[in-house]
Amino acid sequence: MHLAPGRYIYTDVERALLRRLATRLQSICGEEHVLEHEHDLFTYASDGLLQYSVVPPLAVLPGDGAEVSAVVHACHELGVPWVARGSGSGLSGGALPVEHGLLIVLSRMRRILEVDLDNQRVVVEPGVTNVAVSHAVGPDYFYPPDPSSQIVCSIGGNVSENSGGAHCFKYGFTTNYVTGLEVVLADGEVVQLGGKALEPPGYDLLGAFVGSEGTLGIATRITLRVIPSPEAVRCLVAFFDSVEPAGDAVSAIVAAGTVPGAIEMMDGLSIGASEQMAHAGWPVEAGAALIVELDGPAAELEARFDEIEALCRQSGATELRVARDETERTLFWKMRKSAFPAAGRISPHYFVQDGVVPRTRLTGVLGRIQSLSDEYGLKVANVFHAGDGNLHPLVCYDGHIPGEAERAEELSGRILEACLEAGGSLTGEHGVGVDKKRYMPRMFSEPDLSAFQKLRCAFDPDGLANPGKVMPTPRLCGEVPGPYRVHPLEAAGLAERF
Amino acid sequence: MQRPASAQEVAELLAEGRVTRPVGGRTKLDWGSPGSPAELELSTERLDAVVEHNAGDLTAVLQAGARLADAQAVFARAGQRLALDPPDLGARATIGGVVATSDSGPLRHHYGGVRELVIGVQVALADGTVARAGSRVIKNVAGYDLAKLMCGSFGTLGVICEVIVRLHPQPVDPVTVLAHGADPRELTRAAGTLRRLPLELEALDVRWDRRQGALLAQVAGRAARANAQAIAGQLGDLEVEIVAEDHTLWEDQRARQRAAADEQAVARVSFAPAELERVLRASPSAVARAGAGMAWVSLEPSPEALAALRTAVSPWPCVLLDGPEALRSTVDVWGLAEGPELALMRRVKARFDPGGICNRGRFAGGM
Repeated sequence: MHLAPGRYIYTDVERALLRRLATRLQSICGEEHVLEHEHDLFTYASDGLLQYSVVPPLAVLPGDGAEVSAVVHACHELGVPWVARGSGSGLSGGALPVEHGLLIVLSRMRRILEVDLDNQRVVVEPGVTNVAVSHAVGPDYFYPPDPSSQIVCSIGGNVSENSGGAHCFKYGFTTNYVTGLEVVLADGEVVQLGGKALEPPGYDLLGAFVGSEGTLGIATRITLRVIPSPEAVRCLVAFFDSVEPAGDAVSAIVAAGTVPGAIEMMDGLSIGASEQMAHAGWPVEAGAALIVELDGPAAELEARFDEIEALCRQSGATELRVARDETERTLFWKMRKSAFPAAGRISPHYFVQDGVVPRTRLTGVLGRIQSLSDEYGLKVANVFHAGDGNLHPLVCYDGHIPGEAERAEELSGRILEACLEAGGSLTGEHGVGVDKKRYMPRMFSEPDLSAFQKLRCAFDPDGLANPGKVMPTPRLCGEVPGPYRVHPLEAAGLAERF
Repeated sequence: MQRPASAQEVAELLAEGRVTRPVGGRTKLDWGSPGSPAELELSTERLDAVVEHNAGDLTAVLQAGARLADAQAVFARAGQRLALDPPDLGARATIGGVVATSDSGPLRHHYGGVRELVIGVQVALADGTVARAGSRVIKNVAGYDLAKLMCGSFGTLGVICEVIVRLHPQPVDPVTVLAHGADPRELTRAAGTLRRLPLELEALDVRWDRRQGALLAQVAGRAARANAQAIAGQLGDLEVEIVAEDHTLWEDQRARQRAAADEQAVARVSFAPAELERVLRASPSAVARAGAGMAWVSLEPSPEALAALRTAVSPWPCVLLDGPEALRSTVDVWGLAEGPELALMRRVKARFDPGGICNRGRFAGGM
């Protein structure tokens, strides 16, 4: 499906405004880093969600935090909205440009500013790739959040989306590893949230910023916590006739008190597709594959690994393969990580969903997805983070067949509904962006959305930061209601009001 | 005193616009700035249910007034726990109070703080609405993470009515390596060695008391004994023992996070972990989370003693947590300087609580 609207027609006033902004940006960042011509801007029309596309009228590539601040300040003065973009690998359209605004591309800001292993901290600019952080601290330490796109995706984007990955069941998400941020607010002001120390006094604005999808400001300097690399890693894949017994195995493993580094499931359709691409020699007739990876202290691992093998067999595994070496382990993961690109081999187009269900409801929801798939006559391949119930159904369709894209989109929506009915979430790691904002009212009530808006207005009262994302409908902030203003004496903690 | 029985009733009381002080187990009422006298005291004692314990999903839904100890007893029956162990001597602390103050204990080392364990929140706001954020699933990025905003906000943005938490399996065979030492540098070096080991310690603490100190490392699991031996072997010159019955050791660490009497105050310092030595040298007596970089320092309850501590640990933040009201009403409890960060916090406060009725004056910057 292609949702790109017709070419946006700019008014003379808008053109003049953007021209004035362009001139200011050239003096801030240098002419070579300001893009105004359509052939330069076309690259930035979409992020990883290709169904949406908007060619921005203007883009800038600032070189450091001070330039970002000056750029955002200029936008604020002229009242021009903006969208920040890292590597553009996001899957919810969070970095989709706006027609009447500026695109701020952070890919020049890719310096690792400090590696402080004594304190287990790394300080980076937002354009640094996820994998570069682990490379900078390895092999003794690593940075746990590992989205599948980690070779290209940027830390700034990870902070915006609170990215997860296969290993977050055990290790947690981006938000658990960010200890400090330098943030440029929507008026160009710079604030320091946190630093190398944990839990500084005051509201946890750091926690509120991570995962805010570029709507609260731009992180220009990011302090991350890294942890010692596990002493040992062991990985197995178990094959099952269908997803139900594989789901039972997941429950049994978790109930036994084991916390694997990762538990990933692929259904028969995805095994078949990935096999065409990764050639791991997996049985394509299997109904499900479960990849279980254990990491940690070597002695602990030996004891636990045998238990997991036994639990997989008891749950009905038809075949079990243990990775004999690092090469084979990499091959297992290649099968898993090929699932998205390989879907292109079984279908011309597909939608990826990112719904989450409580783990105990996995089997029921997977059954529901299968019956929806039958009802719509569209194939749905499933690959997912089984440990935390984060599904990635790939809804396959052929965009050349009239009406099929629309039906696929409707089917995607019904899958999300099934996740919500099971007590889950719209999105586990891809974010709301433009893609899922229309579903927000199904997960959140009006007072919930209004509370979100309170936070957004505190950071960006003019609504200039990434407008049109996350919230289902545009909202204005207005003035702060009520008579209360903090008296300077009270602010200093010296007086009380009665 | 009002005892609402639902979040909706809490919201209705807030809508009346009176300056409101939420109270739970009354264990930390004397934390923070003294603030303005409340026109309304709002007790969560009737909001005390463990609403759900989803053992298979390792999550639970708790009303704010549920006592932490009671909830832990429920989780324990399934071999699980909420990995949050703040000092709780009388077993009266409620989950709402623990979340509002972001209190934690030794398990913070491996499991993180309240902010890492709370995955959803329901909060009654000053405008009379009840808002939720987060969800029942651990992995969720839909909407802003308002749960984190509420953690440690001392009830100044609204009244927490319900929280959703993630649980963990109970550890198998925990055992503690206890190493004695009287030199802050040596203790810091030993803690640094253990921080670098890939042994997944449950907890890593330091105790410091009038020039005598100890390092405590707890390890658990099928191979706990072997790993404890490995840890002991790394500690070189320190006098080391391995303690299997380690409950009282850790109970003592937790107790040290509180002022023992009115003749004492406790300040919490957050620091980069390698700075432990400097924090210990500045402290007459302290308990520190050596991996997380947090220390609870016991000091004489005087403005001078607090000022001296702040100077000695500068630039690391230092909050006066627990101490006599006479002290808390004369010093800057929070130590948060004026600047763009505090200004942004005030804008957040003004959006959530424009009338300043939620626990007025208890928080940083007079909020």
